[in-house]
Amino acid sequence: MTSIALQGTVELGIIYAIMALGVFLSFRILNMPDLTVDGSFTLGAAISALMCLKGSPWAGLPLAFLAGGLAGSVTALLHTKGRIQPLLSGILVMLALYSINLRVMGRANIPLINLPTVFSTWPWLNRWAEGYTALIGSSSLLVLILLLLFGFLKTRFGLVLRATGQNPQMVRSVGVNTDTTLTVGLALANGLVALSGGLLAQYQLFADISMGVGMVIVGLASVIIGEGIIGSHWLGQHLIAVTVGAVVYRLVIAMAMELGMPPTDLKLISAVIVASALAAPALKEQWNLAKRQIQAQKGGGSEDAEDMEADQKLPSG
Amino acid sequence: MLKIWRLTKSFPLDKFTQRLALNNVTLSLQKGEFVTIIGGNGAGKSTLLNCIAGVHLPDSGRITLDGMDITFWPEYRRSLYIGRVFQNPLLGTAPDMTIEENLAMACAKGKSRGLLPGVTKQEAKFFRDKVADLGLGLEKRMHQKVGLLSGGERQALTLLMATIVRPRLLLLDEHTSALDPATARRVLELTRSIISEHQLTTIMVTHNMKEALELGTRTIMMHEGRIVLDLSGRQRECMTVEKLVSFFTQEASIEVVELKNRA
Ligand SMILES: Nc1ncnc2c1ncn2[C@@H]1O[C@H](COP(=O)(O)OP(=O)(O)OP(=O)(O)O)[C@@H](O)[C@H]1O
Ligand SMILES: [Mg+2]
Repeated sequence: MTSIALQGTVELGIIYAIMALGVFLSFRILNMPDLTVDGSFTLGAAISALMCLKGSPWAGLPLAFLAGGLAGSVTALLHTKGRIQPLLSGILVMLALYSINLRVMGRANIPLINLPTVFSTWPWLNRWAEGYTALIGSSSLLVLILLLLFGFLKTRFGLVLRATGQNPQMVRSVGVNTDTTLTVGLALANGLVALSGGLLAQYQLFADISMGVGMVIVGLASVIIGEGIIGSHWLGQHLIAVTVGAVVYRLVIAMAMELGMPPTDLKLISAVIVASALAAPALKEQWNLAKRQIQAQKGGGSEDAEDMEADQKLPSG
Repeated sequence: MLKIWRLTKSFPLDKFTQRLALNNVTLSLQKGEFVTIIGGNGAGKSTLLNCIAGVHLPDSGRITLDGMDITFWPEYRRSLYIGRVFQNPLLGTAPDMTIEENLAMACAKGKSRGLLPGVTKQEAKFFRDKVADLGLGLEKRMHQKVGLLSGGERQALTLLMATIVRPRLLLLDEHTSALDPATARRVLELTRSIISEHQLTTIMVTHNMKEALELGTRTIMMHEGRIVLDLSGRQRECMTVEKLVSFFTQEASIEVVELKNRA
């Protein structure tokens, strides 16, 4: 891989890491499988692209964050007040967002070629670190988000937010409404996802109606890969793990493409990575059990087995 | 202080039949009273506590606490005044968070939950001292995850969390029944000392009749969703476990006779 390609991959990884942090918040911290992500990612991209067209790329990012937060709150509302299952709540909002995103964009694709973006409006940085604007800009944003998120999760509200995913009964018994914590958590998660989408649109210079498809799985893959590499024993470590996971995921994908994998197979690979990571513990257990059974059949335990058969016959006789 | 008036609660068994878990229960507690509740499986003890705590909304009846009508309050709002320890040690704490963080959440009861730091230095010291008072050596493990603690240690911690902000009412639902006998005794001893230290109004459910008569100031027996015995003062002092057991079996046999008559 050339160094330019490597740099591009890392930049993408950093942008996607913000999305992965959102997925981490809902799946890991809140313990809620939130599928809104696919829609809110595109929503962020759509809003950010629209603001670029209007000539204010900077305003696009906070607006994307807010819109994502709104989408997350709607999912939370469906679940807490409407008592709809978490998965279904997310899918419903994701579906609704497909139409909303089309309305926001006005068409299926918005190219941003030759328009000012947040990456091109830093002439002083351009002069000082030519070619590294995107890398420096996005990684500073990521570090800022990591610090803020870490600090937030250690505040009084942050503590009960984390506890909500582990033991909602306990949270209620210390006097906190779990509907509130869940709503704030999902809003924040989808805000981050939409911010990531907004940043990506300005980075790759287009927004597309289908760019969010499968984003949940990409985020989840990043979380799982990061946990495997870095570990997740304490909060700071877990946050860093998610970030590293997002970058590593991009590197893996880039390498696979280098080796000739067509880009259209990308989603298949993501699904395979996540499915195997999720199924690994269960498969390992079954494998071990099968090994023990084979050993027991081969070994000299035949007498025991006969005893056991005799025991089993007793009740029916 | 706590007044329960004609509380009724039924659960649907299937589409057509209901199970009456609480049948017209009226109960009144004085400030500082320590009531133990006994009764067979399915008598409605947990349901009564759950209705008081707001886990279930009763079908009819009223509950007031210190003059506040809490009948329709959501669970989390009642928790500001009510401390609870559950039968299941897993229910009282957040497993992936430290002892210190768990206590901090409990200690912020009734205070603002804004963006203030979760645990300040001062609070950390306060928590350490409180945990040291439990006498389990947990003060050295303040930064360990609660998931690593044993069931007994968790129940002791939950008890501390339930009382660290003085509750107006403490509800204990068989909180020692998942523990081995030695640990159960220890947690019970802690319970006794914490309750007497803060003079807490308490309701404790137990299956141990000896415990029920020894601890507290009043004993109630429940059966089929009703209060069938309410002992306090002299009457309670004269009561023995044997007499209680005979009453218990008598109460159960009445039902059997009734059933036979009906059949
Ligand atoms: N959530 C629920 N849904 C349906 N039925 C319930 C529910 N909770 C309790 N019940 C029923 O209500 C009745 C009373 O149950 P409860 O748990 O109050 O008994 P208990 O006195 O606490 O018994 P135990 O000593 O076994 O804990 C039982 O028949 C039980 O099956
Ligand atoms: Mg019970």
